[in-house]
Amino acid sequence: MPPDTAPRPSLTKLFVTYLRIGLIGFGGVNAWARRVIVEEERWLSEQDYAEVLGLAQALPGPNALNVAIQLGERWHGARGALLASLGLFGGPMAVLVLMAWAHDRWGELPLVKAVLAGTAAAAAGMVIGTALKMAQNLRPAPPILAVGLAALVGAALLRLPLPVIVLGLAPFGIAAAWWTGRQPAKPGR
Amino acid sequence: MSGDEDVLWQLAWGFMAISLIAVGGGIAVVPEMHRLVVEVHGWMSDARFAQLFALAQAAPGPNVLVVGLIGWQVAGLVGMLVATAAMTVPASVLAFGFSRLRTRLRGNAKLRLVERGLVPIAVGLILAAGILLGITAATGWVAVALTIGSTLFVWRSDRSPLWVLGAGAVAGALFL
Repeated sequence: MPPDTAPRPSLTKLFVTYLRIGLIGFGGVNAWARRVIVEEERWLSEQDYAEVLGLAQALPGPNALNVAIQLGERWHGARGALLASLGLFGGPMAVLVLMAWAHDRWGELPLVKAVLAGTAAAAAGMVIGTALKMAQNLRPAPPILAVGLAALVGAALLRLPLPVIVLGLAPFGIAAAWWTGRQPAKPGR
Repeated sequence: MSGDEDVLWQLAWGFMAISLIAVGGGIAVVPEMHRLVVEVHGWMSDARFAQLFALAQAAPGPNVLVVGLIGWQVAGLVGMLVATAAMTVPASVLAFGFSRLRTRLRGNAKLRLVERGLVPIAVGLILAAGILLGITAATGWVAVALTIGSTLFVWRSDRSPLWVLGAGAVAGALFL
């Protein structure tokens, strides 16, 4: 990735942006957080974001929240962490209460069900597309790619519990990063 | 009333414990939530739990907000706030402490290896989550085509994914 990231956001900008991520975050808020932070605002490179996300998954608790806390803390300390997470949760929570109420009234209508089914199918593609885009931008070395594929197989095919995958593969990922780091840098990278 | 208070404590302790084993993300512990809410306490039926979960997925924001809906169902607005706080606050404090530590250790070679080593797991798990969502959503050829089309759109273009979500909603209304 070229080092063309923007300067760190102000506290207000951080809050407003996380509010936006929460409110547009249909179908998987992690995909949206990556899009806004890496592609739109350019606060982090693809690699930097992927590292923050990787740590967020290894820590207990919701991933998107762990990312928000880490970024808020990095840029504005405790106040940043608090405002980023309030932004992420505050908006959607209000929407969700309204939706729960509306769903109880109209949720069984065939049209509502059909719209939700179509959106769910498209949202699945959005999550898959985000992962492919990340992999493409990160250009992993073969051992790193192998660990990524193992995580994919473990979760999608074998349906192993996530803690088992994260904690079980972490040593291999670290070994792969170590081994890759020892190789002489390839020209053109 | 002590009965109400009991329920709030059960919500608080139950979700706090669940949040602290949620390595990999909130979705990793859905089976555990199901156990707490449906099997242990009998707060709602199986079908209602599935319904709330689907609703949280359809809504914007983190899917873990399903915890708020569960709290709402069990004990109203206070229940929603208690359950959400229990699910998020202890994990947040941990993430914050870790982030502090990471700032202090910045540039440490061993920490760099851990950071870079977790990246492929993160990306692999996102891909797996997308595929599993796609399988759940695949009720017919239209749905599969929507998922594939949306994958290509988000992967190959820089336009907002709102376009494909909107297209999915319209296609769903017309064909599903």
